[in-house]
Amino acid sequence: MSKHEKIEKNIGLMGVLIAVVIGFAGVIEIAPLMTQASVVEPVEGLEPRNALELAGQNIYVSEGCYNCHSQQVRPFVDETLRYGHYSVAGESVYDRPFQWGSKRTGPDLARVGGRYSNEWHEIHLIDPRAVVPTSNMPGYPWLAETEIDVEETVASMKVLQMLGHPYSDEQIANAATSIEGKTQLDALVAYLQDLGTAMPKRYQ
Amino acid sequence: MIDFNDKVVKQFTIATIFWGIVGMLVGVIIAIQLAWPAFNFDIPWLTYSRLRPLHTNAVIFAFGGNALLGTSMYVAQRTCQVKLFSNTLASMVFWGYQLVIVGAVLTLPFGFTQSKEYAELIWPLDVLLTVVWVLYAIVYFGTIATRTVKHIYVANWFYSAFIITIAVLHIVNNLAIPVNWHLSYPVFSGSVDALVQWWYGHNAVGFFLTAGFLGMMYYFVPKQAGRPVYSYRLSIVHFWALISTYMWAGPHHLHYTSLPDWAQSLGMVFSLILLAPSWGGMINGIMTLSGAWDKLRSDPIIKMMIVALSFYGMSTFEGPMLSIKTVNALSHYTDWTIGHVHSGALGWVALMTMASMYTLVPRLWGRDGMYSTQLINVHFWISTLGIVLYIASMWIAGVMQGLMWREIDANGSLVYSHVESIEATYPYYVIRIIGGVLFLIGALIQAYNTYKTIKGDQAEVAVSTEAAGAKA
Repeated sequence: MSKHEKIEKNIGLMGVLIAVVIGFAGVIEIAPLMTQASVVEPVEGLEPRNALELAGQNIYVSEGCYNCHSQQVRPFVDETLRYGHYSVAGESVYDRPFQWGSKRTGPDLARVGGRYSNEWHEIHLIDPRAVVPTSNMPGYPWLAETEIDVEETVASMKVLQMLGHPYSDEQIANAATSIEGKTQLDALVAYLQDLGTAMPKRYQ
Repeated sequence: MIDFNDKVVKQFTIATIFWGIVGMLVGVIIAIQLAWPAFNFDIPWLTYSRLRPLHTNAVIFAFGGNALLGTSMYVAQRTCQVKLFSNTLASMVFWGYQLVIVGAVLTLPFGFTQSKEYAELIWPLDVLLTVVWVLYAIVYFGTIATRTVKHIYVANWFYSAFIITIAVLHIVNNLAIPVNWHLSYPVFSGSVDALVQWWYGHNAVGFFLTAGFLGMMYYFVPKQAGRPVYSYRLSIVHFWALISTYMWAGPHHLHYTSLPDWAQSLGMVFSLILLAPSWGGMINGIMTLSGAWDKLRSDPIIKMMIVALSFYGMSTFEGPMLSIKTVNALSHYTDWTIGHVHSGALGWVALMTMASMYTLVPRLWGRDGMYSTQLINVHFWISTLGIVLYIASMWIAGVMQGLMWREIDANGSLVYSHVESIEATYPYYVIRIIGGVLFLIGALIQAYNTYKTIKGDQAEVAVSTEAAGAKA
């Protein structure tokens, strides 16, 4: 242990050694993932979210839906029976930030798209207990009364385009008119109805 | 006589107790909302999904953070026998840090968030925190560098690792391109973003809530017990093993997701290894009491410290167990995780903080001891009871949820719908509220006791002689 004395008497050396020791994991565990094709390539047919869906994603994040809902179906019989085909990495390459979640106080939403009608979602989001009497989900009535932020949504598309989401300039140019006057509720429902629908139907 | 800067330590101490109560109160509110959703009142900023990040950020970074910053500045001065590197910078660190916390209170409930767990703060606050952290590192390492003793005491190794690693984690996980003043998109997406987030998230536990608090433990347990650290050799081995292993364990938060298998398996293996260095710390702390075991009977502060170390041992056994993929298949996404977190957060982090504050407060304000030893004892028992109710109810609820979700009948159909698992959980949510309320009452008792101590009041019951003796 006498060699350790050297470190104990030199804060610079100790700091450098700490940085080296904690650095390994990032280099060996995370860096290779950034080039692994299955993780960074989109599944066939996956499109970046349109303006309304993207506004919905921003609301999903802002309201903190991820605190109670995961978006990740695990490859178990009970989960594929309940939710559909297990999630694959290529489905979430346009998710910034990722929304896999860590807790299922409510059910998983990875494949909720197309499962319920728009009307069901609207009623449920405003007053969950109107359709699920024993639910403990909070109501979000203000979503129906608030218009989406058009300017922010268009700016969001531009930043995402810069980060590599394949939006055409035309899509961005037309974005504002396509979402004019829509409520946050419309946007969130559009987002939910799109979740997990890129996988071919036979797998869902 | 060295001109120690105790003013800033006093400020951090009061902030710790204040933000602890705020964070735990928000915790109680959201626990009530899970049992009775009407308590969201349909008010946006009182809604569960917006308040839960406020709870986690307040207890981790406001309560825990103030405790770590304050004690690290106290411990560095005492163990290096030198005054703080810069009083001006230290004061800026204190007020800057409070500004970040106030910023969190003013943004999270209003829907301004990045949605990355424990990294929800929006980008301007992330930038501010980075600046404050750099100043903090200058104050702390400047103090160590100007020390008048040759050796750097073991508590400072842990504080050093905490400061350096949190800086790295915070910066990498928050790399993002701003859209406007509150919205930004991370440079990573999907699986890569998930891994970066849980590399951060797990090591917020590993370096903020573990390494930092081990630093606190390595100073205040020997101080309160009046005994030297049990094993110097064990300190060296478990320090380097702990900090090098923790960083690999993040992927256990992503078992069976679309993160590649190799990363999941790597995370699981390192999580299992992590048991050894974790228990090294627990053993070193508990065994410091050898030769002074009688203090467990007479000194409630020691009792609190030893129970904190025991909870540390328990949750660092449970953690590796939950990281085993087959166990995780059952536990993940359920309330078992919440129970596990709180056995560490309430049992280890909060109790160690509270006990250290009891050691620290009389020293800072020049009193013989806390105003009332009896009240420390009451605090100890009420908190311990609260923790047991909390974690036991969440364990039962979690295992039940996991089993209900996977129940399949003879025809191969699911037996329960998701909402049936919620219905079955309600009674446990109510028990959890009781546990949380008890713990909050304990924090309020400490606040009262601290107030009376600072004011200089003397309790009618004489301070126990052992407790007073331990101070010497």
